[in-house]
Amino acid sequence: MVEKYLTGSEEETFNLGVQLARKLGPGTAVSLEGDLGAGKTALVKGIAKGLGVRDTITSPTFTIVNSYEGDVTLHHFDVYRIDDPEELYEIGWEEYFNPNDVCVVEWGDRVSQMLPPGALRIRILRDETQPDKRTILVERQDQE
Amino acid sequence: MKDTIILGIETSCDETSAAVVVNGRQVLSNVISSQVDLHAEYGGVVPEIASRKHVELILPVIDNALKEAGVSLEEVDAVAVTYGPGLVGALLVGVAAAKALAFSLNKPLIRVNHIEGHIAANYITHPDLEPPYVCLVASGGHSHIVHIASYTEFRVLGRTRDDAAGEAFDKIARVLGLGYPGGPAIERAAKAGNPEAFRFPRVKFADAPYDFSFSGLKTAVINMVHQLQQKGEPLPVEDICASFQQAVADVLVEHTIGAAKELKTDTICIAGGVAANSLLREYMSKKAREEHIRVLYPQLKLCTDNAAMIASAGYYALKNGCTADWRLNAVPSLRIGESG
Repeated sequence: MVEKYLTGSEEETFNLGVQLARKLGPGTAVSLEGDLGAGKTALVKGIAKGLGVRDTITSPTFTIVNSYEGDVTLHHFDVYRIDDPEELYEIGWEEYFNPNDVCVVEWGDRVSQMLPPGALRIRILRDETQPDKRTILVERQDQE
Repeated sequence: MKDTIILGIETSCDETSAAVVVNGRQVLSNVISSQVDLHAEYGGVVPEIASRKHVELILPVIDNALKEAGVSLEEVDAVAVTYGPGLVGALLVGVAAAKALAFSLNKPLIRVNHIEGHIAANYITHPDLEPPYVCLVASGGHSHIVHIASYTEFRVLGRTRDDAAGEAFDKIARVLGLGYPGGPAIERAAKAGNPEAFRFPRVKFADAPYDFSFSGLKTAVINMVHQLQQKGEPLPVEDICASFQQAVADVLVEHTIGAAKELKTDTICIAGGVAANSLLREYMSKKAREEHIRVLYPQLKLCTDNAAMIASAGYYALKNGCTADWRLNAVPSLRIGESG
């Protein structure tokens, strides 16, 4: 099932993140997909707020992963720089995906085979004619 | 007084580095893995982000650093190592090596914050530099304005709320197809461009006047590129680069000088990879001169990740009695001023 949301500004994308966080129980993994500047980090900032994280969420592009303590622990990944998904084993990837924590993986489509079954897929699509509008699709992957 | 010889180790991200530094200022060696021809020795190219690479490189790099310095392990007075922030797997390799060495030599172990290490790079290039001063630390992973009250007291005055400055360069370079790393590529293209061709946003926060935000700037540039592409118009790459670079420099310079003025310091240092950007250095120097503030930055090799800066910071920690015990662990999201 795909849920579809429309946002008209970065702030609305943030607020959608806050709202979506309520559905992310401990142990949830999220693959977050969208072009550069689509609003992935804005959405994660909202999710973090919704999870009770007080720290400022900054981009994990350089460090691959940043972790934050909230009502649950949030691990925020950016795997853009990963060329070979196997490299993720080197950073202790499997340790992060445990039943207690929430993982959000930006550019998760690049490492889809590494995501746990049942991961939530969130796609942020631009509207080519209106630069501030976004279509956000939330889809639960089939559990097999 | 007897000289203090520190062996520094740095493995927080992609570089494996070891260095020997005397009294925090004099570099006897500074070996960085990318400069050592170890690919042949180990047979083939190793993956970019693999901590396994650090495992393979760490001992040869330390050996090379000692050999180049002409110093034996027994002559080393203390071992300083980066314990955060960075990639956990990468950090652990350096931390484990430093602990093993310090333990077997029965010498003090010193933990160093990577960002505080970048700041210390200035002590190497500028022998007369002493605290207090204000430092802008900007790289692919960090953007901070820090007040250095003493060699071991750091206070963050401003930080990025989203992307790091260097990261914004990398992402814009990617959108414009200029390749990686983005900083030098954009600087090259910007030389032929007009910095006033486009007015990109400069973000300020009322509640935190020295904080940064580069995400909005990135999005504004990307939106403009998309619109031009849709209309089928040619991209004025040089003008975009020059205008983007000016927007970043404006914010970094204005905030740093604002912080320096508020703290009434006569010295600003720049550190980290973005300190290699010549427009930023020139613009910062020009604007600071108007306020009678001098601007210092490390030599180019010390702007990137290296162990000499870690050994320098480690020297001052040791002087201050800050040594670590054998329980030292990597702290991937370590903040400035938490090393204590």
